[in-house]
Amino acid sequence: MTTPLPPGIQLEKVDDRIMTLNVGPQHPGSGHMRLIIKVDGDYIVSCDPDPGYVHRGEEKMAEYRNYIQNIPHLERPVIHDSSNILYPYCLAVEELLGIEVPERAKYIRVIAAELNRCIYTLYWLAIYGIFLGHSTMFMWPAGDRELFIDLLEAMSGARVTHAYLVPGGVRNDLPANFEERCLRQVDYFEKRLKEYQAIFYKNPILISRTEGTGILSRTDAIRLGTTGSVLRASGVNYDIRKKEPYDVYENMDFETVVMKEGDSYARSYIPYLEMFESCRIIRDAIRKMPKSGSVRTKLKPNPKGGNDEVYKRVESGRGELGYYIVSNNRPEPYRVKISVGSFRNLICMPYLLKGELLGNMPSVYWGLNYWPVEADR
Amino acid sequence: MSSENEKDEQPSDTVAAHSEDTESLSKDEAKKFYEEKGIDFSPDSPIHPKPIPPFEKSISDKIASKFNSKINVDYVRESRIRVSTKKEDILDVAFFIRDELGYDHAVSVSGVDYPDSKEIEVVYHLGSYTDEKLASQVLTLATRVPREEIPNPGKDSSRMTSLREVFYSVEFHERECFEMFGVYFEGHPDNRRLLLPEDWADIPPFRKDFKIKGR
Repeated sequence: MTTPLPPGIQLEKVDDRIMTLNVGPQHPGSGHMRLIIKVDGDYIVSCDPDPGYVHRGEEKMAEYRNYIQNIPHLERPVIHDSSNILYPYCLAVEELLGIEVPERAKYIRVIAAELNRCIYTLYWLAIYGIFLGHSTMFMWPAGDRELFIDLLEAMSGARVTHAYLVPGGVRNDLPANFEERCLRQVDYFEKRLKEYQAIFYKNPILISRTEGTGILSRTDAIRLGTTGSVLRASGVNYDIRKKEPYDVYENMDFETVVMKEGDSYARSYIPYLEMFESCRIIRDAIRKMPKSGSVRTKLKPNPKGGNDEVYKRVESGRGELGYYIVSNNRPEPYRVKISVGSFRNLICMPYLLKGELLGNMPSVYWGLNYWPVEADR
Repeated sequence: MSSENEKDEQPSDTVAAHSEDTESLSKDEAKKFYEEKGIDFSPDSPIHPKPIPPFEKSISDKIASKFNSKINVDYVRESRIRVSTKKEDILDVAFFIRDELGYDHAVSVSGVDYPDSKEIEVVYHLGSYTDEKLASQVLTLATRVPREEIPNPGKDSSRMTSLREVFYSVEFHERECFEMFGVYFEGHPDNRRLLLPEDWADIPPFRKDFKIKGR
């Protein structure tokens, strides 16, 4: 007589061949999420993603606070891309309240957003490196990221969670000599980026582990509604900055990076190439920015939204990031929905991992540009 | 001293700004206002009609001519069209939007709870990757399902047809909507919980009657 098993627990028989593995929920590099993977030998039979370990109810919290009080907590899902997650919120609130943003503030926002995109991508790249056992690729981006963190610290006063973008503009003006300092660091960074190519992207070990794994065809990428670098790696030329330009992106000189392969290598290469484009945008924005002027439109105290709804979106480090805000003549929003790229790309995971080698799981998983904390919100 | 005066004055300013809201004109007043200006006023038209850009108008005309009385098409703002429909018709409308208009993926699916009218609104935001002209457009497809005072997710009348057959990308979004609002999607292959813990035993948390502790 054996003791009864606790509810929810099953014993696997030896002759089943199929073994269930729990990958996670603890992850050393990112937030917590679990993949329930069934394997037959070395091959993955099925994968069932189980997010929700870092669900904080940001959308619910936003219903209790007014439009200004919402700023700092809404950037928490991706603290290393905090400008880009606040950007659509500011655009949406400006649309609701009918606020005009000063010209100089629009350029400063673009600079902050692109600096933050680099910060995010470098962090992502560092973890990509350590996922594949390449510890130099962990150290280099993590170190170079400090350059941009210092720049944003000079802009806003905080290193990571700076809440710099606010409805109506940015919180404060740029410090003296910021332009020269920023250009110098961008020049240095571009030199460093070329070294990444030699040590990481032309590394035969990386190529053998990522090329041809987890192929997502163009049709599937569209059907599954993927976004960001995953979409562009499958040959779809779609970038919100080009297709629905916000603020001054239509004046900026940059290209959308598209690759047709649709494999893990393309998905790892596109964010890297986009950092060059970010550098171009930063240079261009500094050149075209008005040299003086107001940076923030003052709001009335406790602004109310009217009976309205708005959907605004930007291109973040992980793809399209949109805010759907419903207001009902109250200082607090009636409903806030954050539509994030990570959550939309999650649906690819069961598709890409089916039939894949278990050893290719880390590169496929991290190549999806997935940030668990943002996906759970 | 002057700063204190400012603080006192500012709130009253905002109250004034909101009380002179022109949308609160009664219909007779509005009619008089429009007649004085020589504008044709029909009682059914919204009091402040926004001019629709030609491209958005061509899309909304296409949907309106196909389904005329079954749906309600609004122009919200630039690149944003809103289509509201009954939940019985949503599958037909969604197939039309995909096949005839060229929208191919769902950007987000959100629920909005309206306890006063005992309804939950399910809002699909749809976009297009394949049609270059639609790239900047987001079409809002909204429908309302009944809302029960004491929810019993999956077993009560808060249910509608899943759009997964039409837009494959809604799969996880609808799972999230089911657990957060208790709206059951018929025909969805996998109606399990996604973000909430397995042992969650309270009402769906994004409903308005679920209060955060201490607030």
